[in-house]
Amino acid sequence: MATIYIDNKPYDADPSRNLLDVCLSLGFRLPYFCWHPALGSVGACRQCAVKQFKDEQDTQGKLVMACMTPAAEGTRISIDDPDAVEFRRNIIQGLMMNHPHDCPVCDEGGECHLQDMTVMTGHDYRRYRFDKRTFRNQYLGPFVNHEMNRCIQCYRCVRFYRDYAGGRDLDCFALRDIVYFGRREDGVLESEFSGNLVEVCPTGVFTDATLKQHYTRKWDLEFAPSICAHCSLGCNTSPGARYGTLRRIVNRYHSEINGYFLCDRGRYGYEFVNSPLRIRDVTWQGGVIDGAAGVERLSTLLAAGKVIGIGSPRASLEANFLLREAVGAANFFAGMADDELRLVRRILEIMQSGMASVPSLRDIELSDAVFVVGEDVSNTAPRMALSLRQSVRQQPIRSIEKLRIPVWNDNAVRDAVQSAKGPFYIASPYPTRLDGIATEVCRAAPDDIARLAFEVAEASDENSPAGRIAAALRNAQRPLVVSGTGLNNAAIVEAAARAAQALGAALSYVLPEVNSAGLAMMGGGTLAEAMEAVRGGAAETVIVLENDLYRRAPAEAVDALFRSARHVVALDHLTNGTTARADLVLPAATFAESAGTFVNNEGRAQRFFQVFIPHGEIQESRRWLRDAMLAAGRIEAEALDRLDGVIGALGRALPRFARVHEAAPPAAFRLVGKKVPREPHRYSGRTAMLANITVSEPKPPEDPDSALAFSMEGYSGQPPPPLIPFFWAPGWNSIQSLNRFQEEIAGPLRGGESGVRLLVPNGAGQQQAGVPPAFQPRNGERLLVPVYHVFGSEELSREAPAVASLAPGPYLALSPEDAKALGEDTAEVSIGGKTHRLPVLVISGLPEGVAGVPAGIPPFTGLSLPAWGKFSRMP
Amino acid sequence: MLSVLRTIWEVFLHAFRKRVTIQFPEEKPRLPPRYRGRIILSRDPDGGERCVACYLCAVACPVDCIALQATEDSTGRRYPEFFRINFSRCIFCGFCEEACPTYAIQLIPDFYMSEYKRQNLVYEKEDLLISGPGKYEGYNYWKVAGVKIGGKDKGEAEREAPPVDLQSLLP
Repeated sequence: MATIYIDNKPYDADPSRNLLDVCLSLGFRLPYFCWHPALGSVGACRQCAVKQFKDEQDTQGKLVMACMTPAAEGTRISIDDPDAVEFRRNIIQGLMMNHPHDCPVCDEGGECHLQDMTVMTGHDYRRYRFDKRTFRNQYLGPFVNHEMNRCIQCYRCVRFYRDYAGGRDLDCFALRDIVYFGRREDGVLESEFSGNLVEVCPTGVFTDATLKQHYTRKWDLEFAPSICAHCSLGCNTSPGARYGTLRRIVNRYHSEINGYFLCDRGRYGYEFVNSPLRIRDVTWQGGVIDGAAGVERLSTLLAAGKVIGIGSPRASLEANFLLREAVGAANFFAGMADDELRLVRRILEIMQSGMASVPSLRDIELSDAVFVVGEDVSNTAPRMALSLRQSVRQQPIRSIEKLRIPVWNDNAVRDAVQSAKGPFYIASPYPTRLDGIATEVCRAAPDDIARLAFEVAEASDENSPAGRIAAALRNAQRPLVVSGTGLNNAAIVEAAARAAQALGAALSYVLPEVNSAGLAMMGGGTLAEAMEAVRGGAAETVIVLENDLYRRAPAEAVDALFRSARHVVALDHLTNGTTARADLVLPAATFAESAGTFVNNEGRAQRFFQVFIPHGEIQESRRWLRDAMLAAGRIEAEALDRLDGVIGALGRALPRFARVHEAAPPAAFRLVGKKVPREPHRYSGRTAMLANITVSEPKPPEDPDSALAFSMEGYSGQPPPPLIPFFWAPGWNSIQSLNRFQEEIAGPLRGGESGVRLLVPNGAGQQQAGVPPAFQPRNGERLLVPVYHVFGSEELSREAPAVASLAPGPYLALSPEDAKALGEDTAEVSIGGKTHRLPVLVISGLPEGVAGVPAGIPPFTGLSLPAWGKFSRMP
Repeated sequence: MLSVLRTIWEVFLHAFRKRVTIQFPEEKPRLPPRYRGRIILSRDPDGGERCVACYLCAVACPVDCIALQATEDSTGRRYPEFFRINFSRCIFCGFCEEACPTYAIQLIPDFYMSEYKRQNLVYEKEDLLISGPGKYEGYNYWKVAGVKIGGKDKGEAEREAPPVDLQSLLP
């Protein structure tokens, strides 16, 4: 710790940081634009000028940029010095010279960093009397809207998009005062992190294009702390709603997980909540009935007995637990494909065994040698890919330590490092978007990938590929092995664990869905067992919880299950194959309309809270089940009314979940006797928004499940991190107000990070699967591996219009050789007895004997991939 | 004693003063143009809706009696999809007019809003929108804003240079 003097008062500061960072951490209001905590300093905007003095006697001083000056011992600066204040005011005046008169129609207005900084410096009158510069805008795709006139040339967008996220199609063009940020020509931004431009841009050049379709200002949105439901990483989000519809999602900082950024699937997948496919009424055999009648029917079915329940990896722990309680533990089946369930269970065993440490995304970012074993991370867990991109910088940055360049000095570091990258190895059957940063890429069939990883674990010869990987990881300080369920291969999972253990590396698995870990921890039988129970007559009624079984098992098997079941009950958000076959359909609340807990891929339980009250009969699944249990005369359900009651019962019934309640404060939690408001204190329209229905304002809804209130009234300070609905601080309306919520810049939120890790290593590691035999290509057949797509492979985000517009249709991916041998644009392939005619997509690099089909995209849902596909005419 | 007599005298003198009370509603009072009465939404000189649905009136309203939803036409011109004022809550403070960046929302010298049913005091956009510019003639927000809308391309607003030619190699 160094002592620095700010306006003649001593403060403790970390000398490895810069002055801007330290001043903001200490709570000073120092304006800035080009600096970003995750991107470092470049000193481009000259906005954070302060006066630095040599010593106590120095009265002259000199202006320096706080972001480019280290907080060295004895540094004396003045923020309030009149020269510095005047300088900062002049800079803003210059930036505003060409800034258009757009605030009323600009989507950034009200959460604009430029507005905040302009007010902070006191610039309030335009003196420049000449013409404003204008630019033409570009079409950048369904996610991001472009309005180039507003640009203040801070360069944050390209620094994030190119340097941080590895995108290539956004750049700066032209020169002097006409620098232009955009693409070479109109077109969809290629990077799956383009949505972050909305938050990175300090003004309204890049704005959320989906929000624009139902635009609402930040102050009018109703927020709640939430967890992204579109992959297994559990990124923290802050969804905003208005007038009973979900309007947008912004990042909610979590220092261990998502940090400052989200992927586009997480940011734009929310639109499924407003989809016309939403189920809003209770239906019984196709006819609409009211909610009470629905509960009555379900209770009758429950009371009649012979009921089985099929849970879901996309439903909360609480909903799954309620189903388990309603039908009994013996009749509860995990609603995952059987091989997937086995895989996830095995992964949990490995994680619990302590064979290797389980890293958070922050740890992944700091890893310095990585081996990705058969997982297309960019498409199955995109935010992890962004962390992996940072990991290749760790070794080069360490190697320039002798140059004494501070890490935050971004331009200097990048100049010194040039294009050097740390060791990064990928084994995958098809090209991935991370290949560009990889030291070496191995294309192989799934079994061969497993063999490679097993070989890495044993390797001693440094000349073989496996030996090089092993040596790189062994020589690293923080090695990492990444794998997952993507290729659905038990040997890969086993081999990754073996390699991580042998090389002392951390081990991270990507899981299929948001609560896969939670559901697998809860137990329950397989789908095959459920089908057997129904076929054998042991069960007559099947309750399917938030799950489309047609995505879990082949259509014939599911059809057979539904045929042999006397009654099928489905609780779900969107109309799908399963709800179409169900007798009783109960509209279930989505993540934004309910509260619960998800367990992410590191075994971290995190709570999400209800954002808004939906229209129609929609209720949380656990409430439907609880009401039906009560109506069926099950007295124990009385205690399962509130969320805390359910969590308590869950912890008692299944001790693995005993700590779930620690994920967030209970509903009774109060700060100086008050709840935490979901709405900003400037929330408008309270006495008019429902006045068209009735002029007498209804009582605000109550929330018995959380310490959050559906109101603008309540505690106005900083709540504990799991309860922070949105970031705002006086004078800081933009997302940058986050600086005020952190212990130190880019550090944990004040009050400690949220979430609780449920898996405690117990040292009982057992290796299971052995080395598989080498892959043997077959004549006239190809092994169809699942090809993942960030937009399209995930079930719910597929129904968001913006995401859906970028989702691919069905195709057959062939290697150039196979495509040439086939010689046609479409191919006929039979998979599992079904023949499909598909357009051919040529992917170079597919290993011999391997082809691909898009995962999660009809008609390949419910298919257990990889599978052998038979071609009528193929050598 | 003296003060009592003086008071009686003062009151007596008032009997000869000019009457301030007028016989409303038979007789209508003359109110200055800036009197803060009923709220209207005005149109710009070209006849287009002035309101750009920026939500500033709604947030300025101390009783939160304004609710609206922004939307855009196909050319990018923003306007309110619905605009609702609950006059049974309105306190006629005029903050909405002060906050309005486009002179769209204005308070006019009309206070004759008496209803037997409170529900009738909820005004929608159709009830609020008038056909003229109201108190502020000549102002057209879109002529000074930088965004492109139908009939006004980039660089065609007041004090705007034509769009930059990025292909130009001139220094």
